[in-house]
Amino acid sequence: MLFYLFAILAILSAAYVVLTRNLLYAGFSLLITLLSIAGIYVLLFADFIAVTQLMVYVGGVLVLILFGIMLSSRVHNKSVLSESVNKVWGTLVAGLLLVGLSYAILKANIASLPWLQNTEIEVLGNQKSTVQSIGIKLMTDFVLPFELASLLLLIALMGAAYVATEKQNA
Amino acid sequence: MEQIPLEHILLLSAALFSIGVLAVISKRHAVVVLMGIELIFNAANLNLVAFSRHDPALLQGQMFSLFVILVAAAEAAVALAIVLRVYQYFKTANLSEVATQE
Repeated sequence: MLFYLFAILAILSAAYVVLTRNLLYAGFSLLITLLSIAGIYVLLFADFIAVTQLMVYVGGVLVLILFGIMLSSRVHNKSVLSESVNKVWGTLVAGLLLVGLSYAILKANIASLPWLQNTEIEVLGNQKSTVQSIGIKLMTDFVLPFELASLLLLIALMGAAYVATEKQNA
Repeated sequence: MEQIPLEHILLLSAALFSIGVLAVISKRHAVVVLMGIELIFNAANLNLVAFSRHDPALLQGQMFSLFVILVAAAEAAVALAIVLRVYQYFKTANLSEVATQE
């Protein structure tokens, strides 16, 4: 099944992000993780979210991260490496989190929740994609968060440009 | 087409979340910590989209995950700008070395 292929790919490449010491390898392995999550979104009938994931994460955030690696490491003397600390405690905390979450998910018996049972499996009906309904919702129900989001992006971009600029004399 | 069980998606998301937490705790380079945070965001989004599959008329989960992606993009831009300033000031992006300098 395609979902399990994507899931195994996502988990393996995410684990490689943690395991490798080379920053560039970690960045490109994160690329594979994000791409497989976009594939899973398509399988979950969320085509618009998948395209947004591709454009924002793979096209934007990952390029930013690669720029950050390039600009914040001394590339010329071989060291684009990052050492790990707290290995034992980190593994312990993450493992306990994973066990606890898995236990809760498996015990929760989600399939028998009442509001999940009386929804139909036929997700989109006669509608071919979610783009039209998401667009209508953005302009009606979610118009205030949409405008606030544009304001937030403007402020974040201005702030990032201001922070990253080299000051002449402080 | 066969339906993907909801539990499997939630387990995948739990695994990605734990890996992200491990990256945040154990890595010392600031950019790798940011990568861990992106992994955590993606795990949360996966849950939202998975439950939104059972809500075809309202699509509230997908709308929410759209805004999560947007805020994550803004966060990444600001955080990387801060990392660059820290690197210019301290000449290192290693969080332990930054923490021990005054």
